[in-house]
Amino acid sequence: METSAAKMITLTIEGRQVTVPEGTTILEAAKQVGVLIPHYCYHPGLPVAGVCRMCLVDVEKAPKLAPSCATTVTEGQIVHVHNEKSLEARKGVLEMLLINHPLDCPICDQSGECELQDYTYQEGREDSRYREPKRFNPAEDFGGDVVYVPNRCILCTRCVRFMDDVAEDPVLNVSERGDRALIGKFEGKDLTHPWAANVVDLCPVGALLSKDFLNKARAWELDRTASICPNCTQGCNVIMETRENQLVRMRPRPNEYVNAFFMCDWGRLNYRWMNEKNRIELPMVRQGSTLVATSWEQAITAAAAVLKGKRAFVAASPMLSNEALFLLTQLMQGGAFRVVEGDEAPLPGVDDLALRRERAANVYGAEALGFTKTRDLLGGLGQGDVLVIAGEDLVGVDSAALARASQVIVIGPVLPEGVTNAAVVLPVANFAEEEGTVTNLRGRVQRFTQARQAPGETRPSWLVLGDLLGALGKQSAFFLPSDVFARLASSNKAFAGLSYDAIGFKGLPLATAEATGPKAPLAMGAA
Amino acid sequence: MGYPHQSHQRETPVLSKHFGDEGARTLDGWKSRGGYQALEKALGMAPADIVSVVKESGLRGRGGAGFPTGMKWSFMKPGDGKPHYLCCNADESEPGTFKDRELMRWTPHALVEGCAIGAYAIGAETAYIYIRGEFTEPLYWMNQAVKEAYAAGIIGRNAMGTGKRIDVHVHKGAGAYICGEETALMNSLEGRRGNPRIKPPFPAVSGVFGMPTTINNVETLIAVCPILMNGADWYKKMSLSNPKSTGTKLYSVCGNIERPGTYEVVMGFPFREFLYDLCGGPLAGRSFKAVIPGGVSVPIQTMEEAEASLMDYEGFVAQGSMLGSGGVIVIDDAQSMVAVIARIARFFAHESCSQCTQCREGTAWTTKILERIRDGQGTTEDLDTLLDIAEQMTGKTICVLSDSCATPVVSGIKKFGREFEALIQGRGVHHVIAAVA
Repeated sequence: METSAAKMITLTIEGRQVTVPEGTTILEAAKQVGVLIPHYCYHPGLPVAGVCRMCLVDVEKAPKLAPSCATTVTEGQIVHVHNEKSLEARKGVLEMLLINHPLDCPICDQSGECELQDYTYQEGREDSRYREPKRFNPAEDFGGDVVYVPNRCILCTRCVRFMDDVAEDPVLNVSERGDRALIGKFEGKDLTHPWAANVVDLCPVGALLSKDFLNKARAWELDRTASICPNCTQGCNVIMETRENQLVRMRPRPNEYVNAFFMCDWGRLNYRWMNEKNRIELPMVRQGSTLVATSWEQAITAAAAVLKGKRAFVAASPMLSNEALFLLTQLMQGGAFRVVEGDEAPLPGVDDLALRRERAANVYGAEALGFTKTRDLLGGLGQGDVLVIAGEDLVGVDSAALARASQVIVIGPVLPEGVTNAAVVLPVANFAEEEGTVTNLRGRVQRFTQARQAPGETRPSWLVLGDLLGALGKQSAFFLPSDVFARLASSNKAFAGLSYDAIGFKGLPLATAEATGPKAPLAMGAA
Repeated sequence: MGYPHQSHQRETPVLSKHFGDEGARTLDGWKSRGGYQALEKALGMAPADIVSVVKESGLRGRGGAGFPTGMKWSFMKPGDGKPHYLCCNADESEPGTFKDRELMRWTPHALVEGCAIGAYAIGAETAYIYIRGEFTEPLYWMNQAVKEAYAAGIIGRNAMGTGKRIDVHVHKGAGAYICGEETALMNSLEGRRGNPRIKPPFPAVSGVFGMPTTINNVETLIAVCPILMNGADWYKKMSLSNPKSTGTKLYSVCGNIERPGTYEVVMGFPFREFLYDLCGGPLAGRSFKAVIPGGVSVPIQTMEEAEASLMDYEGFVAQGSMLGSGGVIVIDDAQSMVAVIARIARFFAHESCSQCTQCREGTAWTTKILERIRDGQGTTEDLDTLLDIAEQMTGKTICVLSDSCATPVVSGIKKFGREFEALIQGRGVHHVIAAVA
């Protein structure tokens, strides 16, 4: 966000000197020197409200404590965040926030990831001096995936500002005033905007909850994995959360180049397919009329024997990683994929962020690697070709075309529909079970990592395909997905210069994506 | 004053001269009483010269804060290419304050004239009069006056034939005390929820519709007319005490006193004589116990402090309070101070806009504790808790509503702590909530 034209300001925060561009707030400047100023209403993706009064800091020579979210830096400022005066003010705010709070942490979904809990444990009072009856309001269904528990609400208004200024669909408001105030819904409106469920993530307490996740798990039981949402070509950065190896929630992970702080409801709630139960758990080869389980070595050998010297056609899934697709191109003479489509749903407050029409993670990677996007998946299958079905379930595909194939090899998590005569079946991991990269619609290559364990003897797709190429004499073995990517980067101009280390967890654009890919962070809403 | 009873000879009726005089309400009546001469004079002057005269007069904001009016006007930079706006704050809602109501009821044209002069002086073509929603009668008269002034060409596209455009719009509030806070007023005027805005930016930089705006109180704007007619020196000399407090001030007097009403006296008038002489002293058989001299947001005075006060900005500060809006509330020995303060706190708890944590929760918590003490259920820790909450509510929020709630609590406990203690220790008589006269 720094531009060379911006004037730089130097100030001291908690004894640490920091230089930031003019116009930066004290709160943001403090982050840069590792000082987190406690706050509730402030969120970097929303306009500043300055209402929670939690981020008050002591600025030397200022007559009053300053709200650090709304106060810009000035030269030579000396800011105290943790001195007596600021701490007492925060303790005061925390006590006030809790006087009408039901303190029902044991039954609250937010418990364990609640900022009210965190700051109260960190620096709040041990007890409350409140002896009066507490305010009570019943919970309310806000529509969409959201339920509102007003008793826990601290009225930070993040949800209201998100709907007003980012979703640009005013549904929520602050109703009433004084201590009777609560978040209200405009009459006849519901949180049905395709991005509305972000208010649940934005809520710093347990007031706005996901109906889908309600009472499903405690925050501390979850394992969290940095990943990419596989459900459309936008490639929103996400955290996949699992409990006992089951995906139970997906939440956005900030990336200013792709999705800011948000993800759409459709992508967020469409995670159950990654827990699918109808999995192939062992490699299998055909013996007569039946498929029998066998060892990986024998299965790979069998598959290589089928492919040797034959023309191979690959029907691939656009959910496969760049690595798997790249390895598939090494054994095929022709390849195609199809993609499920739906309506595009943009988030108006953020540039170039939308639930995209094409509902798969790696449509652009597949195209860049030479697969043909088609509605007639098996149209390119020649008479007598070996058909390799990679990650495709063939749901809705006319199985008559299968008859053109001389042999069928299945490489995927599940048995495809209508395939009765596969010669070899190689079970591979689904999107949540392996590591790799995908390329989003702006040509940004992003890494995803393994969030859950694959069932049975299932192996990662890149490993299986690497071994298969080895058995065909085309390739020595790969030990890591990064080895596969390195080979891809050295053999494909579009991927030149990229590596897992360089891509990191924010991604990098393809060399050929320069014309369309955003180089600067996305412009945020009306901040 | 003149309404509802005759003006006292020691009053100096400048703005209140026509109170009770129904003839002054119409355009013709107002003109025959010298109305619109100040506007005519102003339109012949350069805006900067008007600002200098007002600066020189020492006029300070009559809404409560006492900011020098001329200086406020000089913040409006001419020629910045942006539309400027004048807002007249007629959302008079401070409990105990009803001077603007009387000004608008009896001399609506004076406000139209004051607004027009103010707008011209700050380079604005539009003035908004934001009237409290409950003020149905003042609203009626203001609408009449604006209509008459438009029809006569006094305001509009070609104000008084000078080719200058001055529009005056009357806007009715919807009944929120907080909309009298200047930035909340601007939000409300724009059609938003009346929440105060974070400052900076200040209204002179970004006010109504994001444009440079000046907000003045009704009494302030009306006072500009006689200043322009009679000169800054005339106004300055109407002060018995401090040179920083000039001119006359309207006071609305209510509570346990013989002659409640609106009074106008010069700055520096002795408060003791004002209470006992002009206002007739306590009701028969009673004696004064405390006074809130400037609306319920200011510290409560003991009678010792009140009787030693000179009635101006500095005089009330020297005696532990503030001039505020000039809403004098007199409390006699029949009242429980705890009940009075609890009632004040309840008002603020009801009116808090709910934005800031300390105000939303603090005002309500304070009220609950005070009402519990009032009802004989207080504990010894309550007073410490109240003072601590008040500390948290002071100087930490966007606007001063929270501070205003804390102020009477702190001053009340400090000055009338024995009444609190007596109730807590079970010695106090449970107060029967009396209708305050």
